[in-house]
Amino acid sequence: MTVAPPRRLSPYMMGLVLSVVLVVVAIISLASGYMSFTASEIIDVLWSKLTGSEADVAYNRAMVLLEVRLPRLATAIFAGAALGLSGAVFQGLLLNPLADPYTLGVSSGAAFGASLVLVGTMVLPWASFLATPMAPAIGAFLFSALTLRLVIALASDSDRHLSPASLILSGVILSAILSAGISFIKYLAGDQVSSIIFWLLGSFQARTWVDALLVLVFLLPSLALSLTSATDLNIMTLGFKSAETLGVNTAKVRLRLLAAASLAASASVAVAGIIGFVGLIVPHLVRLLTGPDHRSLLPLSTLGGAVLLCAADTVVRAFLPGEIPVGVLTALLAGPAFMVIFRRKMRDLIHA
Amino acid sequence: MPEQRSAAGGPWLRLKHLSFSHGPRVILKDLSLDLFPGRHYVIAGPNGAGKSTLLDLLARLRRPLRGQIELKDKPLEAYTSLELASAVSLAPQSSKFDFAFTVREVIRLGRRPYLGRWGRLKPDDEIIVDQVISTLHLGRLAEKPVTNLSGGEAQRVVLARTLAQATPVILLDEPTNSLDVAQALDLMGTLSDLAAQGALVITVTHDLNQAATFADEIIFLKDGSLVAAGPKETTLTADLLSLVFEAQAQVRSDEFTGGLALSFRRSRMPSSETH
Repeated sequence: MTVAPPRRLSPYMMGLVLSVVLVVVAIISLASGYMSFTASEIIDVLWSKLTGSEADVAYNRAMVLLEVRLPRLATAIFAGAALGLSGAVFQGLLLNPLADPYTLGVSSGAAFGASLVLVGTMVLPWASFLATPMAPAIGAFLFSALTLRLVIALASDSDRHLSPASLILSGVILSAILSAGISFIKYLAGDQVSSIIFWLLGSFQARTWVDALLVLVFLLPSLALSLTSATDLNIMTLGFKSAETLGVNTAKVRLRLLAAASLAASASVAVAGIIGFVGLIVPHLVRLLTGPDHRSLLPLSTLGGAVLLCAADTVVRAFLPGEIPVGVLTALLAGPAFMVIFRRKMRDLIHA
Repeated sequence: MPEQRSAAGGPWLRLKHLSFSHGPRVILKDLSLDLFPGRHYVIAGPNGAGKSTLLDLLARLRRPLRGQIELKDKPLEAYTSLELASAVSLAPQSSKFDFAFTVREVIRLGRRPYLGRWGRLKPDDEIIVDQVISTLHLGRLAEKPVTNLSGGEAQRVVLARTLAQATPVILLDEPTNSLDVAQALDLMGTLSDLAAQGALVITVTHDLNQAATFADEIIFLKDGSLVAAGPKETTLTADLLSLVFEAQAQVRSDEFTGGLALSFRRSRMPSSETH
């Protein structure tokens, strides 16, 4: 009875393909760069690390893999996964094809929170207890949640209805204010401003296992909250009245999903700065290929975000001269795609 | 699909002194009414009479300011959301779809109250979905994305989703709005059939001739108050219609449909339109 229209791919097939691509890209990423490795060397080092045996690879080369490339790769994969998931949840929940952490201002909110904590630890002696890797991430989460709350309040009309266009405009307004706030923080940071600037542009340079774990700690609960609400999210796309009369407690599910999406987005911002458009593009592509069912859309967008950001970071690190921040590359690549979606959906948005 | 008439034969829905306000605006005033299974009720009245709000209260989408609704002798408040979802369904007025689910997928979502967290349908659920698809003549559209449908088609999908919920009480907010004549007749016929099989069907509509043909009972609302309620033979009278709609009304028996035919005219033309 489950006749899928012929133009849709099976979600399982899509998941398999994305997983294979992720493994291949990850191996290419580990192998390439200033120091290159063969696939067998990589497997040897990973295997000996896992089993505790002696590898046939020189110690310093093994260290480059295990302590430089692998943590950076893991951070990029987890952050990409978090952005893909976050975008898919926002788009489904807000019924808005243009929603993602970046367009909603949630990323700016997270960046503001994280830089506030970072600079606080630099300039205020009594705030030194905040100088842990976790503190900026928590600051990011608090401010992203606050920003989201403000954006939704600003965009809602008297019936608490959110039109897509007003939501994006509210996101732009809040982003503008927060950008000014971030500039002010940069000014306060004085000599140490360069570290903040580079982080804000979105980069995975010199990320450690601590960063990778940090994203994972935020990503896993976010994934659990989202996936267990996927069926309810499908029903909520039918609108408030239909969802409530089908037995969905929309207020509760909405809160769970907004928390999940903010958690994921702020984790990614806290370790990697603002990386735009990944959360926007990935769910669109997945929906186009396998359909809008959130039970498959959410996990596949998570996987897709991981693939995209892993590949993008490999390109900027190993294949482009110098090292441009990955956020610049994703914006350059995905920006035009954003324009296409905007053109296609604009008529609906204006009249929504 | 719907349950048989309850053994006791008592009302399924009891509205007791129901009032509702939106800010300072009073929308429903002290409404008391008993609604019985096996009947098709039509709620009619001018715009702003509180028709949709009444449906919202019956579906527990809003809570009454004062008064109470009882469903099968139990306050509506006492139902869990899943219990309520398997007792009362609502086809809302708007039928805009944002995501390209297929028609069948949307209708399957109607089975939600009976499924687990992952929303897997059992063979019995699929049978009901297939029945609804054929009842509403959606077979040709079943695998099409709902984002590509015409207004009338989308509205039939909303109705199909509602009927797939297979509840004893069915609420519909202007279900024939964007349907053509044949589709509207088919749909109203289907609703009357459901009532004849034991369901309690409540439809809000502006089309009084439709009501005259297909309803068992009419509920007239005006400015938030109950003007009259009862079998259409006693409520569809020229006097009541004139009072409710502020227009001269004529009711005559119609040989063509075998029912009543209603016509209206405004007694006084507004002066600005006479030239």
